Amino acid sequence: MTDVSVAVKPRAATIKPKGGGHRSTQRSRREARAAYLFLAPWFIGLLVITVGPIFASLYLSFTDYSLLEEAKWVGFDNYVTMFTEDPRFISSLKVTTIYVVVSVPMQLAFALALALVLDRGLRGLSFYRSIFYLPSLLGGSVAIAILWRKVFGADGLVNAVLAIFGIQGPGWVGDPDTALGTLILLHVWTFGAPMIIFLAGLRQIPSSYYEAAAVDGAGPLRQFKSITLPLLTPIIFFNLVLEIIKSFQSFTQAFIVSNGKGGPADSTLFYTLYLYLEGFKNYDMGYAAAMAWVLLVIIAALTGVNFLASKYWVFYGDTK
Amino acid sequence: MLFRPFRGGPVVKHILLIGFGLVMLYPLLWMVSSSLKPEELIFREPGLWPSQVTLNNYSEGWYALKHPFGYYLWNSAVVTALSVVANLVACSLAAYAFARLNFPMKKFWFAIMLGTIMLPHHVVIVPQYIMFSELDLINTIWPLVMPKILATDAFFVFLMVQFIRTLPRELDEAAEIDGAGYWRIFIRVVMPLCMPALATTAIFTFIWTWNDFLSQLLYLNNPDNFTVPVALRTFLDASSDSSWGPMFAMSIVALGPIFGFFLVGQKYLIRGVATTGLK
Repeated sequence: MTDVSVAVKPRAATIKPKGGGHRSTQRSRREARAAYLFLAPWFIGLLVITVGPIFASLYLSFTDYSLLEEAKWVGFDNYVTMFTEDPRFISSLKVTTIYVVVSVPMQLAFALALALVLDRGLRGLSFYRSIFYLPSLLGGSVAIAILWRKVFGADGLVNAVLAIFGIQGPGWVGDPDTALGTLILLHVWTFGAPMIIFLAGLRQIPSSYYEAAAVDGAGPLRQFKSITLPLLTPIIFFNLVLEIIKSFQSFTQAFIVSNGKGGPADSTLFYTLYLYLEGFKNYDMGYAAAMAWVLLVIIAALTGVNFLASKYWVFYGDTK
Repeated sequence: MLFRPFRGGPVVKHILLIGFGLVMLYPLLWMVSSSLKPEELIFREPGLWPSQVTLNNYSEGWYALKHPFGYYLWNSAVVTALSVVANLVACSLAAYAFARLNFPMKKFWFAIMLGTIMLPHHVVIVPQYIMFSELDLINTIWPLVMPKILATDAFFVFLMVQFIRTLPRELDEAAEIDGAGYWRIFIRVVMPLCMPALATTAIFTFIWTWNDFLSQLLYLNNPDNFTVPVALRTFLDASSDSSWGPMFAMSIVALGPIFGFFLVGQKYLIRGVATTGLK
């Protein structure tokens, strides 16, 4: 570290840019050299941890590779197998799509509704905000997934409560019809993080807009439709993009709730869980790499479509 | 001002909010209460108040696995602490360069950095695993900490760039006139002012690393190296359905540090989420 400080110290004389071209290029060269030193760990990381593996995984996706033997070039075989001969892949894609399509809008709807209720100087705002945010912090942990498994177990909390009303509940996590539903519920449960982003967005809307609307006789619903919602669309869009990307990669909850198998009957076989099983249980690493690239393409395409579609519904007004 | 969905004033609203909050937190509270009940009462009593209180589940759970649970807590603490330090150092170094220094193709590199935030982690895990296994580093902490030493958590770089940009440049210039080099400006001027951003980074790195399951599952296969999430997971394998009490007890222990950080660092957590969309 001492090396860095010696190398990047500019001489006092160089701070006057008037000194002419020679000195200022010298200065900018020194500044660039300093910048590269500051960025050195990041550059190495980019190369070794991120970009290198991205291309390595592209190469591997065209091979048959099991860590023990040499990689064998198989062309597009992995990709073809995936879409034509692997029902588990198709069902993992289906399960994940249902999960994302159902849970993300539900989660955001809850987040927005609670943000609207909490906005407008309610007393105890920070208390409620904390209560509703806590599940977002804990939701990704193994401990909560274990809890979920038992809350929705055949003899779990939910069925115990239902029994009070004389209802015999299903096995929830053990039943292929309901297992995915419990994971969707777990995701909705973590609505606190987008809620906080919504709250921050709501605070940006000038109260004069509402005052003017009220003077013109606009009722609360009309104000919501014509002021709040349009001005909030950029935040909704931001949350939507973020949550779709994130939930497509959900892993821990499905792993724990199904004890690492994706069952029952592959009903909780999330895409990433299947990728893990193929790559690190079957050691079919070429196939897993191909799955990873398909995931990348799906997420990139979804994000792209999101951005294109945003032109039609996201309102970037003169709010600033 | 916006609209009033609930007639009847704030009292009704508070009652509804508290009711909703209770429903949300009920599973958590139930887990705490169950961990204090004797095994056979857990599923017979859906209520929160234990009719019989015992710490048996905790003592049993603590010694249920190969090592006492404190051993796994320590392993997790080591990985987490190193990750926090690594992220603080590496991300702030990169952020300073992006926020304050000029260099060729800066815009390009900055765009790349932003792009890596969106990159799904799963795209790189297979080659990363192969690389670390070629280097014989499976079952060490390096695969978990090395990416952080190399500033690959770009979210935090971005967070700090945004923060440093709000600091007045005059401070840097004043220090420069006093003869300070870039390194000195970074350490003496910029970093001390970055405390809020550093706190957010530290707290989120702590929580994410403590909760992280996939990479610890991948890289730690030897029970001697297990961290808390991987150890908790083995409860599912090892135990018959009758040992939920100890498992709940250890789950509470595992969530304890996160809950503690939540209580202490709420301000930074909320601000971090609100400004960058961190989870």
